[in-house]
Amino acid sequence: MSEIIESVKNLSIGFNSQKGKQISILRNVSTNIKKGETVGIVGESGSGKSTLALAMMGYIKQGLFPLKGECLFKSEDLLKMSSRQLEKIRGRKIAMIPQNAGQALTPNLKIGYQIDEALRLHTDLNKTERDKKISELLNKVRLPSPETMAFRYPHELSGGQQQRVAVAMALAGKPDLLLLDEPTTGLDVTTQAHVLELLRFIAKDTGTSMIYVSHDLGAIAQVSDRIVVMYAGEIVLEGPARKILKEPIHPYTYGLLKSIPKLSLAGLPASMPGSQPQPGSINEGCSFYDRCNLATDHCKKNSPDLEHIKELDTNVRCFNHKELINQNNNLQTSITKKSNNSEAIEVLKLKDVSISYAKQKFFDQLLNKISDQNPTVKDINIDIKKGETIALVGESGSGKSTILKSIAGLLKTKDGQIKFENDRILSSDLKMRNPNDLRAIQLIFQNPDESLNPNHTVEQILSQPLKLYFNLSGEELKKNIIDLLKKVRLGEFYMSRYPRQLSGGEKQRVAVARAFAAKPDIILCDEVTSALDVSVQAAVLNLLQQLKEDLGTTYVFVSHDLAVVRAISDRVAVLYQGRLCEIGPSQNVYKFPSHPYTEVLLGAVLEPDPDIKPKLVAEDIVEEKPPEKGCSFQGRCPRKIGDICNLEVPPWQIGENGNAIRCHINIDELASLQQ
Amino acid sequence: MLLLILKRIGLGLITLFIVSLITFVGVEVLPGDACTTYLEREAYGAALDACIKRLGLDVPAYERYLDWASNVIRGDFGYSLSGEMPINEVLGPRVKNSLVLASVSILIGIPLAIVLGIITALWRDKLPDIMISTITIFSMTIPEFISATLLILIVAIWLGWLPGIVIIPSDATFYELLSNIILPVVAISMIMTAHMARMVRSSVIQVMASDYVQMAILKGVPYWKMVFRHVLPNALLPAINVVALTIAWLLGGVVVTEVVFNYPGLGRLVIESISNRDLPVVQALAIILASIYVGINLIADLMTLMLNPRLKSLQIRK
Repeated sequence: MSEIIESVKNLSIGFNSQKGKQISILRNVSTNIKKGETVGIVGESGSGKSTLALAMMGYIKQGLFPLKGECLFKSEDLLKMSSRQLEKIRGRKIAMIPQNAGQALTPNLKIGYQIDEALRLHTDLNKTERDKKISELLNKVRLPSPETMAFRYPHELSGGQQQRVAVAMALAGKPDLLLLDEPTTGLDVTTQAHVLELLRFIAKDTGTSMIYVSHDLGAIAQVSDRIVVMYAGEIVLEGPARKILKEPIHPYTYGLLKSIPKLSLAGLPASMPGSQPQPGSINEGCSFYDRCNLATDHCKKNSPDLEHIKELDTNVRCFNHKELINQNNNLQTSITKKSNNSEAIEVLKLKDVSISYAKQKFFDQLLNKISDQNPTVKDINIDIKKGETIALVGESGSGKSTILKSIAGLLKTKDGQIKFENDRILSSDLKMRNPNDLRAIQLIFQNPDESLNPNHTVEQILSQPLKLYFNLSGEELKKNIIDLLKKVRLGEFYMSRYPRQLSGGEKQRVAVARAFAAKPDIILCDEVTSALDVSVQAAVLNLLQQLKEDLGTTYVFVSHDLAVVRAISDRVAVLYQGRLCEIGPSQNVYKFPSHPYTEVLLGAVLEPDPDIKPKLVAEDIVEEKPPEKGCSFQGRCPRKIGDICNLEVPPWQIGENGNAIRCHINIDELASLQQ
Repeated sequence: MLLLILKRIGLGLITLFIVSLITFVGVEVLPGDACTTYLEREAYGAALDACIKRLGLDVPAYERYLDWASNVIRGDFGYSLSGEMPINEVLGPRVKNSLVLASVSILIGIPLAIVLGIITALWRDKLPDIMISTITIFSMTIPEFISATLLILIVAIWLGWLPGIVIIPSDATFYELLSNIILPVVAISMIMTAHMARMVRSSVIQVMASDYVQMAILKGVPYWKMVFRHVLPNALLPAINVVALTIAWLLGGVVVTEVVFNYPGLGRLVIESISNRDLPVVQALAIILASIYVGINLIADLMTLMLNPRLKSLQIRK
């Protein structure tokens, strides 16, 4: 058995509540990190995973303090060290790779200086050796032109490059243990896959142990040897990665895995009821009791201990884990959607829509001159049928949200038309639209924290559209609000609550209810599940699907997550740099042949399965602007055939399975290339 | 970058032009003109005609504006009515005096404010913070005419250490001034330092809570090194504009303090010329004060631009 590097023993961390009670957010956590091993710590927000990771560096956030237990690094307790001693360990023995490198790099210091700082603190190299080392490190993390990179400021790099710089900085002190706190969250799918690939390479190359903290089981599955699952401040399951992902024997992990939408599966993922308990709210019994379908009265009264199961090499905190072993073959199933009987009535048509963010100069405006020849979004033609869910998919900067905004009337189009119901042209200016059109198109935003007024109760939030569009008041208004809450599975007592008193999932339900209050024909969903935990995401997706089946609403669903889109949508439009690449029925877009960009995107999706590795076919370059001529994907295309791609906009080709692809390569040839 | 500076300077000039128009028009639409307000009861007959002739008030307003404006550009503000001397001669010593008062206050106040702000932020909610914060909030809330009067009462009258009011000719030398300005400087610094220290404090606290400071700690950077390299440059950047506004406020004459201490600076000149209805001087002062504000804000903007790498490269890319 290999050497243990760091060992956490019975660690509890908590804070003092306003009532003077001690509330623990980490309870009795014990785990060991072995040399050369990568441990994934997974859990939803609020499970205590980041607190645990930071404590493993001897860092406790302000307001929190250790209640008991220890963090032993090479048999010394980090929690008892002076800051002088910790400075010698941080960066040199244990290094951190932060979640958001864009914010974790000091903005006024050059990249080179920040890496140099780590070298000066933790090595004895002289100036010339350090300079050499800096470009070595930048090279190792595969940053382009390491010589000039050192002289750039953090904001001059793309998100993926910033993350690589953070990795280089962490490697500078040659640490024995690397701590990664959600290192790829917030990056685009293709970039994420590349960064993970790099991390895996580094782990193998340097033999460093890693602790990988994430909410994303897909990313965890790609890097971890062992997985620790946290729930409500406790470890509920711990064991070899493959066992945990393929045969989870804790009901929470089982539910979590089932609630992740998977690329290989059509249909919606199963959702788990309820949400994670707040710290301090569990007094007795199992913390998962409320949400567990295996729970018995015994679980209500007694809290289970972490039990070691020898044959699986797994620790589990559940009384009834044996019952799960037989259920595991069900992991690869999903809820089938009722397919809409396509009435083929088109409710919304986008015709040659272009949108430009470039401000027209004053004089150009006077002369009515069009200044921007290369708008952010160009030539968008989409016909949306009544009752269908059409998804717009692409990485950041693909123009998907921009299109949504101009359908909503928040952004003026530069060219083209938006036609609504019977080919009536809808003005792209909000002020020019009539109230009924405004009612008919509603928007749900990504982050309910920002889209719900924190000073309004749920009742006030929901009454606004009802008053505005239907002039309701008094008893009738109240009845409608209760109906709406019922539709989104919230009880009547939520009416008097404020958004801050709701969980993330509940808030998004209120936002959904607000959109439905207007009895809209079309609902625009802008990354509505991106800010939610996986189990909550599944519940919201199911809710949206249910409402659609009941009310016949049309959704335009924008997301960067291909698996989510696969689960919810009937049709998918793939966008790159504001230009359409591919559009078709979703079951076909996910099959080949597809546009090279779709192929790249699909290849980069991380599945919560250690046996499905992402395929990295294109470089993760970030393009700032769409190319002026030719195909929008020319800069990154792995299948580029030559000058024609640079000069001519590719034609639409329709494949035998009904998806339209914009590419110069013949569609049959694409099919054989992708086999 | 150069284009940007030129653009900013151009905008500043436009601002000044508008200010000059407003003051000119304001003076025009007031009932009466320079002569009637100045001559008061004697404003009739030959005396009025002579005055109108002498000031050239008989020509149309736009011509007078152009004439006045072109003189101003050449640095000639014309004649004061009350003293019947060139305005430049009236202004000269006043500008110098205000400059002395302002620069001494700045040299003492700003470094003090920054140090106090940093101390209160780093020892947040501990004894040093509680003590300094109490004092700064206290001195911020007392209006300057009260604190100035109290200072005179205690230091000049009870203790008799320093003169209570400044009795010096308006063309006094720097050294003569220095002993006289201690009390005004203290009165001004109290408010200015308090405001700026609060600003610096909240800015430092905000940066201390940022991801990159946490990252620097986890990188093993020693505390003071982290404070000086990672925190202060980022925390003090937004303070530059506040400092600029304070300097402009000081140079523009701290009206109340100057009046209380009878200090012969620009601020008191504003009050004097308004009560004397010396409209040409009022006009001249308006232009000068506006130029000070425009100029100093321009410098502050350019400094922020130079020091903030984010803005710098943004501009270059454009």
